[in-house]
Amino acid sequence: MSAPVRVFVPKDAAASSLGADAVVRALVAATHERGVAVEIVRTGSRGMLWLEPLVEVETAQGRIAYGPVAPRDVASLLDAGLLSGGAHRLSHGVVDKMDWMVRQSRVTFARVGAIDPLSLSDYRAHGGLRGLERALRMSGADIVEAVKQSGLRGRGGAGFPTGVKWKTVLDAAAPQKYVVCNADEGDSGTFADRMLMEGDPFLLIEGMAIAGLAVGATKGYVYIRSEYPHAFRAMSDAIDVARKAGVLGASVLGCGRAFDMEARLGAGAYICGEETSLLESLEGKRGVVRAKPPLPALEGLFGKPTIVNNVLSLAAVPTIVADGAQAYAEYGVGRSRGTLPFQLAGNVKRGGLVELAFGATLRDVIEGFGGGTRSGRPIRAVQVGGPLGAYLPASQLDAPLDYEAFAAIGAMLGHGGIVVFDDTVDMAAQARFAFEFCAKESCGKCTPCRIGAVRGAETVGRIVAGIEREKNLVVLDDLNKLMTDASLCAMGGLTPMPVMSALRHFPEDFRRAPQRQAAE
Amino acid sequence: MAVAGWNEADAREIIARLAPIEGALLPILHALQDEFGYVDAAADEMIADALNISRAEVFGAIAFYHDFRRAPAGRRVVKICRAEACQANGCEQLITELRARHGLAPDETSNDRLTIETVYCLGNCALGPAALVDGELVARLDADRLAKICDGGSIEDAQVAAGASA
Repeated sequence: MSAPVRVFVPKDAAASSLGADAVVRALVAATHERGVAVEIVRTGSRGMLWLEPLVEVETAQGRIAYGPVAPRDVASLLDAGLLSGGAHRLSHGVVDKMDWMVRQSRVTFARVGAIDPLSLSDYRAHGGLRGLERALRMSGADIVEAVKQSGLRGRGGAGFPTGVKWKTVLDAAAPQKYVVCNADEGDSGTFADRMLMEGDPFLLIEGMAIAGLAVGATKGYVYIRSEYPHAFRAMSDAIDVARKAGVLGASVLGCGRAFDMEARLGAGAYICGEETSLLESLEGKRGVVRAKPPLPALEGLFGKPTIVNNVLSLAAVPTIVADGAQAYAEYGVGRSRGTLPFQLAGNVKRGGLVELAFGATLRDVIEGFGGGTRSGRPIRAVQVGGPLGAYLPASQLDAPLDYEAFAAIGAMLGHGGIVVFDDTVDMAAQARFAFEFCAKESCGKCTPCRIGAVRGAETVGRIVAGIEREKNLVVLDDLNKLMTDASLCAMGGLTPMPVMSALRHFPEDFRRAPQRQAAE
Repeated sequence: MAVAGWNEADAREIIARLAPIEGALLPILHALQDEFGYVDAAADEMIADALNISRAEVFGAIAFYHDFRRAPAGRRVVKICRAEACQANGCEQLITELRARHGLAPDETSNDRLTIETVYCLGNCALGPAALVDGELVARLDADRLAKICDGGSIEDAQVAAGASA
């Protein structure tokens, strides 16, 4: 009997949310009935989320993709010769040659969707662990220098140079240091951390182990939000596999130095994506923001020097160490080096994950990859960088996606989330929501955020209702300035960004004839 | 999710097992809620004793985090995303519909059959409106599919229907 044909079906939560698990069952039943041998491999998602469930079949030509596949399509796919890559209306040809894939620079996401996320041998066969093996032969200072030279900046949103942060931890003398991965990906419109943890968890483990070796930290935590149960399971399972294989533990890959880690679950608080609040939460307290200084790099988890980095920052490190800082820094523009996995979301025809070098434009992503809105109506606004990011009008779609260019237009890239709205959106309602969200999720420690968010929502309500509109617009402007300048962290400090951008670009939405239900 | 009723001996065992780990409070609260469906008020003092912290600190954490419940949830728990990406795809219309047609409101009504909660982002932002139903993710909700889910319908049927709605 010939070897079973390998069929790949994503286990990614987004694919499951469209019935991928039912497709697997249908495939197993139908191939069993026909007496053909298949080996079904569950993978991460390629990021073409509008085509999920995307089924791939290994052939001599490469992996042929079919999607979106429903359980009821399985019989006709098998009739059409699915297992030898036969032609079918759902076929997209060789997955690596699909337009969506060839136009990207997949560095961090190179393996996501291709491999079995929990197979360490798959990971190794696709270039995994090269970075860690190289790091074992380097001094901590050399690893930190490589990260610095790569130009890597924090992918969580703040864009702080990762190497500088690591240097601070390296130079701090302490009996215990920690590496904490911030996987509290709470920004609406972002899902890259989730997809990476579900699709290539060993990459994050490798990045954290390198960080630990670099600065002399022996313990790591990855703090995952509870809204991501699938990612938490994938990460926990991968950590077990890595520990059994000696990648983690008392002697990392037999080098004699220790690094171990565990996954911890958040509990539904957006503010815990802020690094000091996350540390409080890991310590078992309310997620209340700490004042800085002291920096977490010096007094972080349990008061010890701590690297706190986003998933994507840590996941970029193995490639930087394996292939050299220069190779990574060759991607990108200006002071934005490397790649960013952009997440295309909201009202978009072809949503998903697109990893690109910095410098592409919003239009490239939204129109080139996304194909415009799902509703077919014109784009009116695009929110980039999560709930604290600016709303941009369609006229700014040619803005280049890099940290400085976005700062120059009063916006931010944040974690790379791009949420598209069509012309039915009410921007005054979005501005009010920004305040309401802040009011609900504020930790309550500082007054500008705790009180300002509530007053902001009330004030937008009055403006929309036509109550002393001009005076309240002045109040709103004043409040925005105060929150920006005086809040303790980015939650209160950046909530004015979506509000002010909505006011600036869509003033007409705040000046409509009042509707009765819009009042307080 | 099948959960057992509150049981002090089991709770004590869970707390004792997890107390030695670093930053044990959240893992303990999650483990108790996984086991019993909620964190009973009787647990506060037990946790405080085990971790050598005050009851106020335990209570404060339970009150701070949206996840922890003080009473059992309904047999079906629907967490509906109401963040921006799902707003762009009409999640608020679904909420309005739930209110008008079914008399249900998120975070307010909870009975032994059904609990509806608001969450902000489930990471399914390209395929909204999204919900987490008994821990499983569902995409591209519409009023009809949401109503069936609220009636206790099959989660997988809703997922397959969402896949077919491309």
